[in-house]
Amino acid sequence: MITKTSPEVGGMGHSLKRKEDLRFIQGRGNYVDDVHLPGMVHGQLVRSPYAHARLKSINTEKAKKLPGVLAVITGEDLAKANLAWMPTLFFDKQMVLATGKVLFQSQEVAFVVAEDRYTAADAAELVEVEYEELPVLVDPHKSLEPGAPVLREDREQKDNHIFHWEVGDRQATDKVFQNAAVTANVHAFFQRCHPAPLETCGCVADFNSATGRLTVHLTSQAPHAHRTLFAIVGGIPENNIRVISPDIGGGFGNKVPIYPGYVCAVVASLTLGRPVKWIETRSENLQSTGFARDYHMTAELAASREGKIQGLRVKTLADHGAFNAAAQPTKFPAGLFSICTGAYDYPTAFCEVDGVYTNKAPGGIAYRCSFRVTEAAYLIERAVDVLAQELKIDPAELRRKNFIPKAKFPYKSPLGWSYDSGDYESAMKLALEKVGYAELRKEQAEKRKKGELMGIGISSFVEIVGAGPSHTFDIAGIKMFDSCEIRIHPTGKGICRMGTKSQGQGHETTYAQIVAQELGIPAADITVEEGDTDTAPYGLGTYASRSTPVSGAATAMAARKIREKAKKIAAHLLECSADDLEWETGKFFVKGAPSKAKTIQEIAFAAYTNHPQGMEAGLEAVDYYDPPNLTFPFGTYICVVDIDTGTGEVKVRRFVAVDDCGNVINPMIVDGQIHGGLTEGLAIAFMQEIAYDENGNVQGGSFQDYLLPTAVETPHWETDKTCTPSPHHPLGAKGVGESPNVGSPAAFVNAVVDALAHLGVKHVDMPIAPWKVWSILKEKGVVS
Amino acid sequence: MAKKELIRVRVNGRDREAEVEPRLLLVHFIREVLALTGTHVGCDTSHCGACTVVLNGKTVKSCTAFAVQADGGELLTVEGLMKDGKLHPLQEGFKEEHGLQCGFCTPGMLMSSYALLETNGHPSEEEIRWGISGNLCRCTGYQNIVKAVQYAAGKAQGATR
Repeated sequence: MITKTSPEVGGMGHSLKRKEDLRFIQGRGNYVDDVHLPGMVHGQLVRSPYAHARLKSINTEKAKKLPGVLAVITGEDLAKANLAWMPTLFFDKQMVLATGKVLFQSQEVAFVVAEDRYTAADAAELVEVEYEELPVLVDPHKSLEPGAPVLREDREQKDNHIFHWEVGDRQATDKVFQNAAVTANVHAFFQRCHPAPLETCGCVADFNSATGRLTVHLTSQAPHAHRTLFAIVGGIPENNIRVISPDIGGGFGNKVPIYPGYVCAVVASLTLGRPVKWIETRSENLQSTGFARDYHMTAELAASREGKIQGLRVKTLADHGAFNAAAQPTKFPAGLFSICTGAYDYPTAFCEVDGVYTNKAPGGIAYRCSFRVTEAAYLIERAVDVLAQELKIDPAELRRKNFIPKAKFPYKSPLGWSYDSGDYESAMKLALEKVGYAELRKEQAEKRKKGELMGIGISSFVEIVGAGPSHTFDIAGIKMFDSCEIRIHPTGKGICRMGTKSQGQGHETTYAQIVAQELGIPAADITVEEGDTDTAPYGLGTYASRSTPVSGAATAMAARKIREKAKKIAAHLLECSADDLEWETGKFFVKGAPSKAKTIQEIAFAAYTNHPQGMEAGLEAVDYYDPPNLTFPFGTYICVVDIDTGTGEVKVRRFVAVDDCGNVINPMIVDGQIHGGLTEGLAIAFMQEIAYDENGNVQGGSFQDYLLPTAVETPHWETDKTCTPSPHHPLGAKGVGESPNVGSPAAFVNAVVDALAHLGVKHVDMPIAPWKVWSILKEKGVVS
Repeated sequence: MAKKELIRVRVNGRDREAEVEPRLLLVHFIREVLALTGTHVGCDTSHCGACTVVLNGKTVKSCTAFAVQADGGELLTVEGLMKDGKLHPLQEGFKEEHGLQCGFCTPGMLMSSYALLETNGHPSEEEIRWGISGNLCRCTGYQNIVKAVQYAAGKAQGATR
């Protein structure tokens, strides 16, 4: 149980207003493009118009002659420094600037540096590149066909297959399917999406030739890991690299990888001895940086006639584009996709994934998702609905029948995960009540008689977030722990420095609340600083909903270390034994004599002015937290849609989201995270796809074609919570930022399919644009 | 490089002038010449609205306007919203109602909301949603932005009572 502090202290459970807001609402944030350094110059990438082409020649003469141009760097130049290629985060390498050939449209071919950004853009136009077009592969199935052109000639392996990964018991699962009374299957394509944070990626690389130090202001979700990779790849001593991740205008996974533009800016700064700024345009961001998903999935469920699920079989083709630039833990080529058994209790499952190359931008990163968890949750929640349809059982009832019972936690899943805690039935029950499920089903039946289309979609998702533990999880070899350092100043105020990096999640407020909870120092008195590798303790950064599960835990543990020391100082001040002291928020007092007490502020002052002889001065602690397990947030989302039979337009009438992320630090911020994630889920379900034509031309390369919902399309979200604390997290918290994006796509699609189910529709692939629904209605004879 | 043009603009109540290339975008004039970096670039194509400013009383997406077009005009950016050291009710509303997360769209949102409330002091939820429909936000799902604008409208109403 978490004891709630007073609102003035502002510990856990208080909807504290955010500290970071003051600068943002005044236009005083400091995003990377706001960084302006003396002598700074600007970089611009030249990109390939072709998806697959041999590079015949690059002529940079005209560009170099333009007044104001300082340098034009090509792949050949980088090759001399052994930097034409760089390692990806997943056992592959990627071209920084193309040599030999290009493998996707918008691939980086040359880097122009000029005194100002307009001149750099002009000069980029003057770089003459001669290409010879090669056959293009955009369909991953075709990549695997015999005789398909080999895209990656640099590899020893002369085909387009990257990896095969499988988990589970194939034989036992096959046997279950052979004997099953009922099987159901769904082929679901989770389309290629892009996180599209509102701020694009960019950097200012600043090499100081006098000191030999390189400072990189970088849109980075993982500044420490990036520093280490710059050191290893660039050969610069790590103590001479400082990565500063300033205010980040949204990340959603897009700002985890290292991109060629960063490397080029660093090289240019090293060469010119001047700060070099490189900022992507929106089109560059959508066309070349980390995409997500692109999973061609098949799921089969075996079940009894009564609807008891007996096994799951999953087969997936993963399109990674030109380079496997997936950003996930190294033991998991398909991330945590094996959470695909979901919220349900059955003995057997088998899952296999094959990764392939195509002529598309490299990736796939986790878009607001803990490494392929979104794909997994979508697949199982779609499959369960298909099974319900097949068995003519209500989808809520089928879920209830198969939920892992509350008493079975910790639960060992058939694909090897140990779910920490859960109460799936309670979350679904609350969602069903809130939405008025029974009445909605009656309304639907009435409407169907009149030829009106209405659907109700349920998604009871389970997430797996908060990687480590470090024995299983690492990124590029770096173990997935995370950190917090707390310093309490003599006057009782303090600063927390973190291994993570907020991109809008409100860390400056929530970590302060954890310190407030643990030490009783008001959250207002705690400054939280992140993103500067010179000052923050080492950490792996913020993605995969790991800030609260890992760094949040580190914050609690560091605070507890401080409390231990504070207790000794209090005993010294009160002239008693530490064993005689008891803690209540913000002070130690002598057992049985509550008036004999020292506040944490008094103790902090004494730590610098009157500490016991033989004790180190100061009141500081650092903690590197290695979680014993991941946390498993869950929830039930219910979506109600109405479909316009004339236009095929789907209107989301209601959306109820019941989340369970364990104990909550700041309810206001959690609700905000849910609203935002649901809106991203809505976009994925109905609007977004980075599609390619047969020549490999990007079809979603600007906000004209890659749609973000506006306030008008976005419905009013109804949120609620159940609370099942994590048994192993020091605060019982679980992490929440990604749940709405993970859980909602299935709810939207299930609602649309439910509206069309009586017409014999079993599945509709995302994005469900009106034309797609209208085509189905036409095919089914609903519209003429 | 084309001949530079002298432009004069009243920015947040102060007269500013500069010689600019005719092709200089208004947003770069604001961010780089005037060093007012609150106005952001999110898409370069006038879809996202992060660059929204108020020019002569109307919202303009400054990434798709030239600085020379603002010559002789009156410009309000997010930096001009505070008066006498006090937050504008909209700024207050965004903070109170958790109307922002990463903060990148916020200046543009504030300027569009400002222009909306100037013409319609008591907008309905639907009017607010349409009023900010030229501004994209990736973080909030708009729900709390709507509340923030309602907060400011309510406050203005209270003040005139």
